[in-house]
Amino acid sequence: MINEGKKRIWKDYQKEIADDRYFYVRSCIRQNFFPASEKAFLRIMQEELKKDVFENAAHTTCSGIGYHSDVVPFDTTMTVIARQFSLMTESGNENLVTSCITSFGLYNEVLETWKHFPDVLKKVRGYLKTATGREFEIPKNVAHASDVIFRFRKEISAIGVNRLVHHETGRPLKVVEHIGCHYSKMFPSKGVGGAEYPYVLVGMVEEWGGEVIDYPERRHCCGFGFRQYLVRANRGYSLANSKKKFESMKPYKPDFILTNCPGCPMFLDRWQYTLSEMEGVTYGENGRGIPVLTYEELAGLILGYDPWDLGLQVHQVPVEPLLDKMGIQYDTSRKFLGKDGQDLGRPDAPSVLKFF
Amino acid sequence: MAKTVVIVGGGVAGMTAASRLADLGEKVLLLEREEEIGGHLRNWDRLFPNRRPGSEVLHDLKETLGNRVEIRCNESPGEIHSLQSSFIVELESGEKITCDAVLMATGFDLFDARRKEEYGYGIYDNVITSADLERMLRSGSPVTTSAGKAPSRVGFVHCVGSRDEKAGNLYCSKVCCVTGVKQAIEIKEHLPGSEVFGFYMDLRMYDRHFEEMYYEAQQKWEINFLRGRVSECAENEDQSIVLKIEDTLTSRPLKMTVDLLVLLVGFVQKPETVRIAKLLGISIGEDRFLECLDEHTRFNYTGKPGIFVAGTSRGPLTIANTIADAGEAALQIHNYLKTLK
Repeated sequence: MINEGKKRIWKDYQKEIADDRYFYVRSCIRQNFFPASEKAFLRIMQEELKKDVFENAAHTTCSGIGYHSDVVPFDTTMTVIARQFSLMTESGNENLVTSCITSFGLYNEVLETWKHFPDVLKKVRGYLKTATGREFEIPKNVAHASDVIFRFRKEISAIGVNRLVHHETGRPLKVVEHIGCHYSKMFPSKGVGGAEYPYVLVGMVEEWGGEVIDYPERRHCCGFGFRQYLVRANRGYSLANSKKKFESMKPYKPDFILTNCPGCPMFLDRWQYTLSEMEGVTYGENGRGIPVLTYEELAGLILGYDPWDLGLQVHQVPVEPLLDKMGIQYDTSRKFLGKDGQDLGRPDAPSVLKFF
Repeated sequence: MAKTVVIVGGGVAGMTAASRLADLGEKVLLLEREEEIGGHLRNWDRLFPNRRPGSEVLHDLKETLGNRVEIRCNESPGEIHSLQSSFIVELESGEKITCDAVLMATGFDLFDARRKEEYGYGIYDNVITSADLERMLRSGSPVTTSAGKAPSRVGFVHCVGSRDEKAGNLYCSKVCCVTGVKQAIEIKEHLPGSEVFGFYMDLRMYDRHFEEMYYEAQQKWEINFLRGRVSECAENEDQSIVLKIEDTLTSRPLKMTVDLLVLLVGFVQKPETVRIAKLLGISIGEDRFLECLDEHTRFNYTGKPGIFVAGTSRGPLTIANTIADAGEAALQIHNYLKTLK
């Protein structure tokens, strides 16, 4: 592997990421999957980096999953997205930040459509006006939330208390970075580092002391391809995708997987349990799985946030081996307590995957 | 009194035109920006279709030049000014040369394979180009992987940077298909026990002996040709290359590992040629190659009196076709010079 070659490509795919005053649009599924990630993003941005992040509770799904599943027509999707832009415009902001990769890809798809077909933009403005009486401006800057964390990776590192190194040996932790397909595969120039060798997560890992693994199935889908997962009869394909990735990364002995998409951490985490039950296989050390983190969770760990405040207890693959390597203290007795201190109960242990 | 012709480029076209013009009694100044004349031919080991050493052809071309032509290496034009019926070529060294005609024989660049990011050239150690393989063969050293081992499986990817809308090159580079077949055979000659695969869109074996060579590759050397584009390459732990391919004849995706992957890179226009063309007001096509006045009968004319074009600066050509083209250009220049007072 010639890293200089990758660096040259990374230089070709730089993108502008706004510095402040973000209008944040949340994912419609992440809060069910890894509920604390979006909260961690807001905490990091507002409390640590002192940035202004605006939200509007009236904002909705971008309709991306419905659109990609062919149940929502494109005109409807464009009008829904136009409405999100109207909320941003009404709040006096111009920098849009999406939590979801599918949304990020779809916002870019819609903006590119409007750029090349101004008549379509005019039509959608009409739809929105008729349906809601609203108007909107095109955002000046569209970024994914991982772009924003990437932009401030050095600042996070400077105030961070933990590093991606084994706290006893000083060994850089080995990280598999997995990029959501809709981040840059459709529009390479919209992603940090392009489509083939994206840099957005690599930059974070390197800045925070870790070492990225480049394994053969790095580019492969996590298994959350909508048509594979949403259609029950196709769900085996979803599992096969994830399995292909695990088999490919296993020989490199990754310490954890880092993701930037709502679906990827879900599937790379949960399917490890499923595969262990179906085939008796595990991919981590000593019968454990490979921990999977979102970039907000990782940034939170670097900043010294309590793992249970980051929601790491809802991961199917336990993250404690990673916390131990990083030398992060955690209170086992608090793992299954709710925010109000109420005991939520312990889940049943899987039959193969080592959980407790 | 003999007229002076400045030929820009000392490759196959430049050398050929120079010797023909000398045959016709014209005075020629041949400018070559590299330290030696010969162009890409200097770097090629053997030539299709008969695997004749490239050095032989280069030797023959140099022989015909003899001492009749003034050759300046490490020299190229900075500015070219048009006068009434002559030109002043200002060299980068500052020297000014007055001439009666200019022949653009600037040749081509090879496509920069790094632009096809999915293939990993410049990132994966065992992804090389056809030019790299040619250098390896020319050096006489064994064909090896980056670790110095004999590859047991070698893949060739056709049309890298050619017929590729994404790369901005819709044209066919004409020579890569047959180069791929030639190099595949050469791998088998060097490493008889190896498995060799060619991944192609379609194989354009258009010239004499090409099809026979393609048959020989399959029948005698058992080279496997698979129709389909390689979608991506990745590196294994042992630095072998994993390929993902769509086999379009069986309509199935395919995944395989090779020890060495050769990218058959096509032709692209030189930025320097575009710069000079703009100076001279010569038309440039959408494919960035130089336009000629008429594709059928006046292909060496640029439409600017006294400025001619020959060889691959006006599009991909084989060596044989380049030689024929440059010979014709010399004759047309000679006829043009006769019209000058």
